[in-house]
Amino acid sequence: MTLGQGTEASLIVDVVFWVLAVSSIVAAFAVVQMRNLFRAALFLIVSFVAVAGMFVLLRAEFIAAVQVLIYVGAISVLIIFAILMTGEVETGSPAHSLRIPVAILAALFGILAIFVTVQTDWIILDDVLQSGNLSASATSGISEVFSNTIPWIARLLVQDFVLAFEVASVVLLAAIIGALALIRER
Amino acid sequence: MSLDNFLIVSAIIFSIGLYGALSKRNAIAVLMSIELMFNAVNLAAVAFSRYTVPATLFGRPESGAEQMTHLLLTGQVFSIFIITIAAAEVALGLAIVIAVYRSRSTLFVTDATQMRK
Repeated sequence: MTLGQGTEASLIVDVVFWVLAVSSIVAAFAVVQMRNLFRAALFLIVSFVAVAGMFVLLRAEFIAAVQVLIYVGAISVLIIFAILMTGEVETGSPAHSLRIPVAILAALFGILAIFVTVQTDWIILDDVLQSGNLSASATSGISEVFSNTIPWIARLLVQDFVLAFEVASVVLLAAIIGALALIRER
Repeated sequence: MSLDNFLIVSAIIFSIGLYGALSKRNAIAVLMSIELMFNAVNLAAVAFSRYTVPATLFGRPESGAEQMTHLLLTGQVFSIFIITIAAAEVALGLAIVIAVYRSRSTLFVTDATQMRK
C-alpha cells in the first residue's frame, strides 16, 4: 500500500512541485537582490506562498494554513509596515563591502548541504510500507495519521510537547511586552 | 518528488537567506533574509516528518508501534514552534529597528555603533 490514494505519483503533482520549487527559489533570490525594499517584501510573500504550497504536497495542510496566516498574513504585513514607517524605500538595501566572500560562504554551505542530502541513505516511509516489514496495526496507524493530521498534531502538542507549548506562550507574551516597551514614546 | 527534492530546495533557500542575512546593510533586509532561513528550515522539518521513519517504528515493528505512529508528525510540531518563535522574533526585531531609526534616523546595521564608543 502507499500513502497517496493514487495521486502522489502522478505527473501533475510533479509539475506542481517543480513550479512551486522554482518560484520559491526565484522569489527568494529576488528578495536578496532587489534594491527596492518594498518590492523585496512583496517577493518575500511570493516565496512564503510557494512554500505553503509545498507543505500541501507534503500532506501538512495545517502547517500550510498556519504558514499563510502567520507568515503571509502577519509577518509580511509587519515588515511592510516597518518599511513604510521608516520611509526608507528609496535608499534600498545595499550590500556592504564583504559581499563576495559572503556569497562564496553561502554557496559553499548550500553545496555542502545538497551533497550531504544526496549522499545520505534515508529510510523512506513509502519504501518501508511497501516492504511489508511493519505490523498491520502500525501500517493502518500510519495511513490513519496521514489521512487527517490535525487531531494527531493536537495530541502531540498537548501531550508530548506540552512543556514547549506552554513556554511558547510565555515567549510570545514576553515578545509583546518587549516590543511595546521598545516602541513606546518617552 | 522525493525527500531529496524537498531538502535540496530547502538548502538552496537557506543559502540565499544566509547570503542576504550576512551581506545586507539594511536591518529590515536582514530580518527578511532571516525569515527566508526560518522558512527553509520549516520546509526541511515537514519533509522529514513526511518521508522518514521513526526508529521506534522501524526497529521493533510489533512493540507498541500503533501508539508511536503519531510521532511521525514530530517534524510538523517542530515547525509550528519555529513559526511561533519566528513571529516573536520578527516583532521584537522590527521594534528594535524602529527604536534605532528614531534615535539615529538610519536603518543600516553598519551605522548602529553606539556600543563601540
